[in-house]
Amino acid sequence: MNVENVLERILPTVTRPARYTGGEWNSIVKDWDACEVHWALAFPDTYEIGMSNLGLAILYDILNRQADVLAERVYAPWVDMEQAMRAAGLPLFSLESHRPIAEFDIVGFGLPYEQLYTNLLNLLDLAGLPVLAGERDERHPLVVAGGGAVFNPEPLVDFVDAFALGDGEQVVLDLTRVIRQAKREGVSRESLLRRLAGIGGVYVPRFYEVRYHDDGTVAELKPTVPQARLPLRKRIVATLPPPVTRPLVPYIDTVHNRAAIEIQRGCTRGCRFCHAGMVYRPVRERPLNEILDAVDEIVTNSGFEEIALLSLSSSDYSHIETLIRELAARYGPRHLSVSLPSLRVESVSVDLMEQLRLTGRRSSFTFAPEAATERLRGVINKPIADDDLLAVAEEVYSRGWKTIKLYFMIGHPTQTLDDVAAIVDLVLAVRAVGRRSIGRKAQVNVSVSTLVPKPHTPFQWVPLADEDDIRTQQAFLKEHLRGPGLKLNWNGYQETLLEAVLSRGDRRLGAAILRAWELGARFDGWGDQFKVEAWRQAFRETGIEVGFYARRPRPLDEIMPWDHIDTGVTKSYLIRDYEASLRGETRLDCREQCYACGILTAFREERAGVAAEAWGCPPLTAR
Amino acid sequence: MTQDQGPRQRLRIGFAKRSQLKYIAHLDLARTWERAFRRAGLPVAYSQGFNPRPRFQIAAALPVGVTGRAELLDVWLDEPTSPEQVLARLRPVLPVGLAVLSSEQVDLRAPSLQSRMRAADYVATLDSAEPVAAIQARIQELLAEPVLLRQRQHKGKLQRYDLRPLIQTLTAEAGEGGQVSLKMRLQASPQGAGRPDQVLEALGLSLAASAIERTRLHFEFDK
Repeated sequence: MNVENVLERILPTVTRPARYTGGEWNSIVKDWDACEVHWALAFPDTYEIGMSNLGLAILYDILNRQADVLAERVYAPWVDMEQAMRAAGLPLFSLESHRPIAEFDIVGFGLPYEQLYTNLLNLLDLAGLPVLAGERDERHPLVVAGGGAVFNPEPLVDFVDAFALGDGEQVVLDLTRVIRQAKREGVSRESLLRRLAGIGGVYVPRFYEVRYHDDGTVAELKPTVPQARLPLRKRIVATLPPPVTRPLVPYIDTVHNRAAIEIQRGCTRGCRFCHAGMVYRPVRERPLNEILDAVDEIVTNSGFEEIALLSLSSSDYSHIETLIRELAARYGPRHLSVSLPSLRVESVSVDLMEQLRLTGRRSSFTFAPEAATERLRGVINKPIADDDLLAVAEEVYSRGWKTIKLYFMIGHPTQTLDDVAAIVDLVLAVRAVGRRSIGRKAQVNVSVSTLVPKPHTPFQWVPLADEDDIRTQQAFLKEHLRGPGLKLNWNGYQETLLEAVLSRGDRRLGAAILRAWELGARFDGWGDQFKVEAWRQAFRETGIEVGFYARRPRPLDEIMPWDHIDTGVTKSYLIRDYEASLRGETRLDCREQCYACGILTAFREERAGVAAEAWGCPPLTAR
Repeated sequence: MTQDQGPRQRLRIGFAKRSQLKYIAHLDLARTWERAFRRAGLPVAYSQGFNPRPRFQIAAALPVGVTGRAELLDVWLDEPTSPEQVLARLRPVLPVGLAVLSSEQVDLRAPSLQSRMRAADYVATLDSAEPVAAIQARIQELLAEPVLLRQRQHKGKLQRYDLRPLIQTLTAEAGEGGQVSLKMRLQASPQGAGRPDQVLEALGLSLAASAIERTRLHFEFDK
């Protein structure tokens, strides 16, 4: 089939056809025959979201730098395009060379969140591949997955051949090396997978077997072949590799239509609900000069009018003020705006805001207090003071910004209706500050999500809050947070429940994911596409009790389905921190004091190889 | 900042929008130009105000799905730069499908391209089983109508309008390999613009067109 001819015919009939054409500035089209290993990098959500994902951009850059390797992209076709492709018999194709995905050696999925699981199945199916790993063989590409969600890979083990745990920069090259060798030798799928199992940070789930207790909890997970190891420790890079300086420039508007540079990986704050804060440790900072040089290259190479300084908490970067001042001085007159997507109230200075103002065009400021009472902030370990937030709000509004966005969560452990009422008080106080400053133009946009307890966090034992309670709390917020200058967003409980089930699921969920997909579930993170009935039926037919996964308080001595995945943070640390949480004890910034989470023990060698100031963790002391 | 420090030069650039770029809508094309100017390091002037924007104007939006062989835009620069140099700097930084064809200096105070636009020529290539004579007959019928009420989307709403006065010329001729070329000149002025897909639809040929290209823009100053 000629992909081009079919595209000519169907693209005029679908929404945003430029999602499917490729050809973006800085996209890389290499000679297929001159390359020995062919990667398809797949992001199973829309083009607009996938193009905004820095993780895949980094791997695209690294892989394409290898002389004999090519990497091409593919995103999830929107529902109209899927329909058109299926009707025309057009298989899933890559954006760069419009080649069928089935012809690649390896398909690497980026999975930052759980709502993408049915889309992963759908992409495999659209590519003409069996969705079940056990039904694929030497004729098919190898299917691997990485990203934040795969720190609990168990729900996907039926579909994915191998998982890459942790930082991907080195492991993709290890995978490439092993696949190249296997291709040369023409080895069987089985023996290729055994070789992959020998790579650090690579989990090949078919080589492990799980036994369950009568009550349904995990009794044991054990390797079935000698190559399969335990525990499976994530990979880290001791130093952040050089940033991508030739970023892809989309033609159409994307979620983050701008350049981005990662200024720091990991976070030292230790918010107890935060998955990223636990699994991306340790903190590694990029040197100031490297950032400044890279920004220059990025702007020249891409022409972007905005650059985002990315980090889980960008205002915690050690040299943030110098960095912003320097960027404002260099690029202010050249109309480059600088954005800091994640700011901590306690580390935003007046000077920082003043410098940001000079870089122009920023429409709003976002802060995430997550809870509104001092007591509950102690429980979640995010101890900010209301006075600080109000003082920052004052500074923001008085500098001409009209909108402040505030993120909160409900359903935290020990939370009461008083804690929810405090959200209302705080939001109204922020609006009052804004009105004093700029009158009725002051706007507060409030997002209230429901806590989904995540694996590998101190809240992994906590049940998802009860549906009636959440609905009552949401109704209370809707009633009290309306009026001029206020906007409230929240999540539907059923979507939250699905995320909670998938987040802490085990291998038995695979059957339900498969069934839900067969029943039409895809784009589960999209409110207008989410098919709650398909999921209900799938759970019913496969005998999955959602309460068991989402709503059950789990005993501290239970073996979790993801306990064999080692993030470097020890389970005993998570238990200690959870217990501290119930006493309302906070653990402040771990740059100030090490709380011995386990990272330094797990990654001693990596720590020893870098400078004292390169990591948030203290330097090693002689033993 | 005073008025005297405004832009120093205005250039009119001829360009083509081809191949897959036809799927990119007008605002996206504008952003693509903005970024290309920046990559080229051209001293593009910015508007004043809270949200400064680079100053350039594309003569006329191309409908999505239509390529353009002879498009025009004006760009204002803060520093004088020769038209040749502008072309030389742009060429290496344009994405596939976008090409610069010409560049000339125009008076800073000349009226905007949009305000002087009058008409545009389009060629639609038809993969039609019908002989060219049958299509010509249909064209005659269509042109004989005094009024052609059609519907189109305008700012998210369905709008009724009369297509007939927007069609200035419409002819069909046999091309290579049994294809038929449908040539039309449609009004394209501040008072209203005809769309080639709407003409095809009125002829009952919307599914027959394998390609549509805008081949020329007509301005008041062309005479």
